[in-house]
Formats: sequence, structure tokens, C-alpha cells
Amino acid sequence: MVRYLAKRIFYLILTLFIVTTVTFFLMKIMPGTPLTNEAKLSPSERNMVLQQYGLNKPVWQQYISYIVNAVHGNFGTSFQFSDQQVSYLISSRVGPSLLLGLQAIIVGVLAGIVVGSLGAIKKGTWVDTTTTIVSILGISIPSFVLSILLQYFVALKWGWLPIAGWSGFAYTILPTLALAAMPFAESARFVRTEMVDVLSADYIELARAKGLSKFGIIYHHALRNSLIPLVTIVGPLAVNIMTGSLVVENIFAIPGIGEQFVNSVVTNDYPTIMGLTIMYCFMLCVVLLITDIIYGLIDPRIRITGKRG
Amino acid sequence: MADKQQELPKDAFEPLSDGSHLDNEKIAAPSLTFLKDSWRRLKKNKAAMISLVILILLFVVAFGSALIPSMNNVSTNPNLNNLPPRIPGIDIPGFNGTLVQGGQRVNAYTGAAANHYFWFGSDYLGRDLLARTLYGTRISLIIAVVATFFDLTIGVAYGIISGWKGGKVDTVMQRIIEIMLSIPNLVVMILLLLILKPGIPAIIIAIAFTSWINMARLVRAQTLELKNQEFVLAARSLGESSIKISFKHLLPNLTSVIIINTMFTIPSAIFFEAFLSFIGIGVPAPAASLGTLISNGQKSFQFLPYQMWVPAVVLSVLMIAFNILGDGLRDAFDPKSRE
Amino acid sequence: MENKDDILEVRNLTINFKTYAGKVQAIRDISFDLKKGETLAIVGESGSGKSVTTRSIMGLNAPNAEIAGGSIKFKDEEILDKNEKQLSKLRGKSIAEIFQDPMTSLDPTMKVGKQVAEPLRVHQGMSKEKAMEKALEIMKLVGITNAKERINDYPYQFSGGMRQRIVIAIALVNYPQVLIADEPTTALDVTIQAKILHLMKELQTKINTSIIFITHDLGVVAGMADRVAVMYAGKIVEYGTVDEIFYNAKHPYTWGLLGSMPTLDTDVDVLPSIPGTPPDLLDPPVGDAFAARNKYALKIDTLKQPPFFKVSNTHYAATWLLDDRAPKVTPPADIVKRQEHFKATHNN
Repeated sequence: MVRYLAKRIFYLILTLFIVTTVTFFLMKIMPGTPLTNEAKLSPSERNMVLQQYGLNKPVWQQYISYIVNAVHGNFGTSFQFSDQQVSYLISSRVGPSLLLGLQAIIVGVLAGIVVGSLGAIKKGTWVDTTTTIVSILGISIPSFVLSILLQYFVALKWGWLPIAGWSGFAYTILPTLALAAMPFAESARFVRTEMVDVLSADYIELARAKGLSKFGIIYHHALRNSLIPLVTIVGPLAVNIMTGSLVVENIFAIPGIGEQFVNSVVTNDYPTIMGLTIMYCFMLCVVLLITDIIYGLIDPRIRITGKRG
Repeated sequence: MADKQQELPKDAFEPLSDGSHLDNEKIAAPSLTFLKDSWRRLKKNKAAMISLVILILLFVVAFGSALIPSMNNVSTNPNLNNLPPRIPGIDIPGFNGTLVQGGQRVNAYTGAAANHYFWFGSDYLGRDLLARTLYGTRISLIIAVVATFFDLTIGVAYGIISGWKGGKVDTVMQRIIEIMLSIPNLVVMILLLLILKPGIPAIIIAIAFTSWINMARLVRAQTLELKNQEFVLAARSLGESSIKISFKHLLPNLTSVIIINTMFTIPSAIFFEAFLSFIGIGVPAPAASLGTLISNGQKSFQFLPYQMWVPAVVLSVLMIAFNILGDGLRDAFDPKSRE
Repeated sequence: MENKDDILEVRNLTINFKTYAGKVQAIRDISFDLKKGETLAIVGESGSGKSVTTRSIMGLNAPNAEIAGGSIKFKDEEILDKNEKQLSKLRGKSIAEIFQDPMTSLDPTMKVGKQVAEPLRVHQGMSKEKAMEKALEIMKLVGITNAKERINDYPYQFSGGMRQRIVIAIALVNYPQVLIADEPTTALDVTIQAKILHLMKELQTKINTSIIFITHDLGVVAGMADRVAVMYAGKIVEYGTVDEIFYNAKHPYTWGLLGSMPTLDTDVDVLPSIPGTPPDLLDPPVGDAFAARNKYALKIDTLKQPPFFKVSNTHYAATWLLDDRAPKVTPPADIVKRQEHFKATHNN
């Protein structure tokens, strides 16, 4: 277990390093500097700005100092807000995004478990059909369309919740729902398929032969066996939420990293884009690592050893 | 009982000794090939068949309309801006060119617009939304085809090579995939779009760059399984070349995995394109994808909801139809997943 | 109950399965009974309806199964009239089943002790501790070594043979009156097979249960069963005591089964098999279903289904060869030889 963890953490660091390197050189070949929009600078002013950002040194020196700084959690200064450190920009904005992401994944997965199990238990009935339709809609309707619809109907037309902004729990409800749609639909489908499979397993037949009631079978045998593998899709669900947050935060004007990322892209704020890319990579790797460990712990069939598949 | 026996022919108890009655290896039930059997199951799935028809219709309408000049007129005309939908011969509020203004329903088609009919209305620059939506649908479908192409080429080849070669090659190829999976696809696409010249080719490259990964993983897993099966071992021991084995033995057995996964790559590619255009780094103006149209529509959604409804509905229908068809194909190829 | 000794009576049971291609007539009018304390073996090829028969005794058939007629009586109670709730009171308590594949029959995520204790908790409302105590006892009884330490292990930590012992423990923990064993040794190694069979025999006397033993392997039957019923294409074609089936079989299908069974001194390179495949039960043939594979077939076999002909008080066979009007045929030479051999060794 310790060896496995050490190995995983080593790969995590290696991945981060490679991603950092690749993004750095990608940014170097990108057109535009912080000066693109300020053509009227005199040569001396220009030099000053370049010096301020360290852009006058050779590329390899820039690269080494970037890596060294990145290890210390310093990703340079934002182009867009020239007085702000990227690391500060990120850390001040990561809170709302994490909160929304957690809320969305909890709401989405819990609802998905209920709906997916119902669909499997009532397989072939109208309940199953309804849950299938709902999850197809959840997967198909893009998050930005759903966000706009929620905003228009719930907030604007019916006035039940605030339209946009970030000052209290009420403000989190609509964006959470918009973000939760995808995890909900994905986990509902996943749980349904898993449980249909489990319900036709021999050990469920044996549980019936033992004289367990229908509820007893679902509760004691079917649920656990079909929910354990659900852990494996938490990683992909986290990706969904990160992707969704880019527009959902924009539409609901939430001061999170998703909104920042889109703004940085639009304003060519490369240091911030790099910092956020590394941040996304880091968060995703951590989620994947945690879910792998949890899966190993809760599924007695999987024992974590040094090597896997 | 006694009289019943009398009905029997006289030779009833003669042995059938000639053996002609022994149809030893007769196959009792008619056999179906795998594809025929899958097709039969798919045909029984009403939702999937409806989706297939809708998709074919969308393809025909989107690309067929490209040949009709009036359907391609997206010129701006400030005199005709923000007109609600008006379809000749239909007098239902919402489609008859009327608007609610100050609590009253008034005809918006006055003055210069009186003789125009914008079926889906016009936008803030007076462009025909029908033509724009058709154009956007075309882009989405092109993206779908392109994503499929890369899925089938890069994804399948990568997966087969990785799974077939095994060993170090496999390890390295899998590490590359793991690294690519450690950043959300959308972030990778955005980074690529930043260094490329904006336009449809850039989006295609960005989507091509990420869309094949899932396919590669699934194909690799399946290849690993097939590799150790007797018929492949037999072909290997007969000395067939790897390429020949790939095409003759692996590909046919990978068909269902490939088809099913393609059906799920398509909607995600369509979604990513719309998404990128929505946040403004996709198809550059004045060209418009469904994402651009939704983004424009959002700005005036409160007062001119039709400008967002039209592209949003088309995009959602596309996504739903592809997803349902994908589900249907999966169930058809892998009946155990449903029954 | 027609007979006081009977614990289970099946009469004219007919079961169809609805499939996309039509109605599969899986069980076609079968009758048999099970006496207290005896072992009845049901023998037949896969698809002959053995499992469907026993599943319907447990009320465990697939949702697309349709009971078209007949009755199943357990101690004067009609099982077919019971609803799911009433059935679940019988299952695992009065009637229990040992499943075929020990690798898939245990819940992979539940500790084995808990799985063995489950029927006790459900039917006797025992406390957790007491049920676990009893589970430990029965696990020792079925021969789990170090049962005390292993009670908290998961199924994947056990070998196939040990898992099957646990499956047996689960079935026996409530001392059922009827035990259904559905090919309980098919998935196991030959050496382990013998051990498991021995264990079942031993436990049967200990807890005094009746066993319905399903198998496609006549070899297993010899040491296990008191009586044998041979099934073909959803019908019972011959039944009798184990001696009668082995030494005096009358149905050509039983001959085929006997002929394909190896013995220590079978002196052939290739064991004979029964040619052909069972008929399509979507549309079963008009006459004897076995006619198309039967080299002794008579013309009447293609016209009319044979009734049961009485051979002895306990031995019946459904073949026209036993009709007075039928020509006398002798079984294949090796069957005759085999029977003589069996008889000789039996008398020693």
C-alpha cells in the first residue's frame, strides 16, 4: 500500500511536471505579449515592462525560473491584473469553485443513485422509461443551455432565486443544479446498468433462495455491489464539473476559477492560463488518486498492490 | 384408448430402420449473423429508430439547404433587425410575426419588413436566423464527421498498436494517454485554440487532438482480450503478419466497441464545438455555429426569447438524437446490457 | 398428498417461456414425487428442463416463465398458489438450494460468515451474535478448516471447493426438509467433486433431508441417488430406482446416456455419444421428441407421443418399444455388457 501510494504520487508529480513544461512552451509560441494592446509604449518603457515580467531573458532561463517558482507555488504575475500574483488570483477564487463543485457532485451522484436504482429495480416499466429519458436529457442538454433556462425561468420569470452573483447559499442553488445535471445523468445511467447486471447475478439468485425479501436483497446485496464501482466514475464526473464550471460560473457571475479561466483566455492572460491549467491538472490527479485509493479500500475484491493492469 | 389405437396405420410399429429419419446435426433454429441480429434488435428500439430518422433528416436539410441561395442569405440589414418568427399561412402567436410590446400583441413586420417572412425570426443585425441556424447545424455535423474520422483512424490504430505490441511500447503509449487524461479535454482544446489561427480548421484540430483517447483505451482493452484467444493465436502460429491479423481478425471483432464508442464521441465533439463558440473562441464572426447563436440569443433572451430557443432546441435535439442512437446501438450490440 | 411418505409432489407441470421468437415449451407435462429422506436424481442434457423444474419448486423462475398448468405440492401446500411473500417464507427454510457455480454464487462484497448467518436472521429472527455462532457451527460441519478465523474472510479468499462448502452451509443452515442441488459439483475439480458428494451424503443423514439432485452426469448419480428420473426435451422419459436405471434401462435415450459414461474397464478409444441435438422446444415434434436421434425409432414415434409403460412398481419408461405390438429390440452390445458387469460387481 505504501509502495503503491509512493509510486502514484511520483507519477502525479511527473505528470504535473510534464504538463507544466508543455504549457510553458505552448505559451511561448503563442502570439501576443502583455504589450500587444499597448502599442504606444516607448522603447524604454517597453524594456521596463519586459524586464518586469522577465521576458527579456533567454527562453530556457525563463523556463527554469518558471519551474523553480512553480514548485514554490509562484506562477508569476497576471497580465490582465498587473498588480496581482497568479497564485493569489487562483487561491482567492478557488473557494467558490470547490464549493459549487462539491455541492454539484454530491447532489448529482445522490440523485443519480436513487434514480438509477429505481430504474433497475423497476426495469421495463414506465419508471424505468422515465428515468432513462431524464438521464438522456441530462447528458444531452449542454450545461450552458441548461444554465440559461434555469436563470430565465426560476430566477427571472418566477423570481424564486437570485439571477446571478455570489452572496449566500441561495446564490449557489441554480449553478449547483446546472453543474449537477451531468453527474446526475451519468451516475444514474451507470448505477442502472450496474444494478441490472448485479440483479441478474447468481448471488442475488442465492439471496432469493435464502428467503430474503425483495427489499432485503436490494438493501443487503444489490446496492453495495452496484455502488462500489460508482467510485470509478468520480474522476470523469469531476472533469465534467470542471468543464461545466467554465461557462456556468460565467453565466451566474460567480467569482470562481472557471470564470477567471475564460476571462484570461479572452484577454490572453498567459501566466494565469498556465497557472490555472496546472491547477486543473493537479485537482484532477488528486481526485483520481483519492478515488483509486477509496476503491481499493471499499472493494474487497481489489487489493492494491505495487502493480495493476 | 383402444379405438384411438385403431386409427394408427398398420405399419405403425415397424422400425424406421433405414436411418433416413436421423437428421443428426440439424440446426433447429434459423441462425442470424451478428450484424443482422443487432440490426433486428435496433429496429425494435423505437426511440433509436426515431433518432436515426431525425438525424438523417437534419443531415439532408442542413446540407441540402446549402444548395438553395435564399437559405444562405445571411446579409445584415438594420431595417430588418430583431423580427420575431413569421411563417406564411400560420397564425399562431409566436409564429405569425407578432410581439408582445407594453402588454399588447403587435405586428412587428411593419415598414420595410412588411413583405419579409423570417421563419425563425431575425437577429440584432437583421440576419435570417433560419439561414444562420442551418449554417450552424452544418458546422456541428461537419464536426461530428471529423471527430468520427479521427476516432476511427488515430483512436483505433493507437489502441490496436498499444494492445497488440504490449510491453514497453504499451507502457509508454499508456503513460501518454494518462497524461492527456490528467487535464480536462476542454482545457487542452482551449490551449490549442490559443496558438492556432481561429477558424473551423483550428477547432477541428483541437477536437481531433482529444477525441480519440477514449476510443484508444477501449480498443486497447479489447485487443488485449482478443490477443490471447485461440483464433488469434492460431493465426499467429500460422505466421500471418501483424497487419493482416489486425485487419482480418481484430477489426471485425472490435466492430461493436468501435461503433458504440463512435456514437458517444460524436455528441461530445458537437458539445465541445458549441461550448467553445459559446465562450467566444470558436468559429470566428461572421460565421456562426449553434454555440455562437445561443450566446447571442442569451443576451436578449428576456425580450426576444426566440433568438435563443431556436439554436438551443436544434443543438439539444442533435445531442439527444445521437445519445439515444448510441444507447440503442449499445443495447443492440450487447443485448446483455439491457435484457 | 397421495402418499404419506411423500414430501413433494409434482403433477402435470407445464411451463412455457415467452421469448421474442415465440413460446418455448420448456417443461411439458411432467410428474414426479419426492419421498422423505430420499435422494432423487434428475438426469438430462443441458436444456432438457431440469433446472426449470427445480426453480419452479422454489418459485424462482425468470419473469418470462409462464406456468401453464399442473401443481407442485409441498406437504399439502400448493406452491404455485403462493405469492412472493409466502414463497420467501419457504425458501431457505423448508426448501433450500445449492447452486451450480460456487465462484459466482457468493456475494463478493460480504463476509462469508454473514452470508451463512443470513438465512438464520431472516427466518428465525436470531440476534447477530447467535446467528454467527450457529454459522460457525455449520461451517465447521461442512468442513471449513479454521472456520473461526475464516468467518470474517471474503469469498475471493477461498478456493472453489471451499466456496462450494460455504454454499452448502448456507443451504443447510436452517435444516431444510427439501434440498435442491443443481449440478453442485460441475464447476469443481474431479477430486473435489468426490469430497463434496461425500459431504452431502453425510450431511443428508445428519439432518435428515430429502435431496433433488440435478446432474447431466450419470456417473455421479450411482453413488448419490435412491431413484433416478431421466429428462429429455422437457419431459421425463424414464424413472426408477437407481438399480433399475443402471441395470435395466428401457429407454433408448437412457441407453445413450449410459453408453457415454466411462467406467474403469470401458475398453474403447472413443466414448460413444448420442448423435444430434435436442429438438427446438419452440415447436416440439408431434411424436416422440427423441425419435430424430433414435436409431431404434418406430414409425409410431413420429406420429404419437409414447405413454409411460410400467416395467415394475417403481420403474416406468415412455417408449413405444415397450408396447406389446413393438418388435423386440436388444440394447446395444456395450449396454448389455455394462449391465452384466454392473450386476456382477454389485452381487459381490
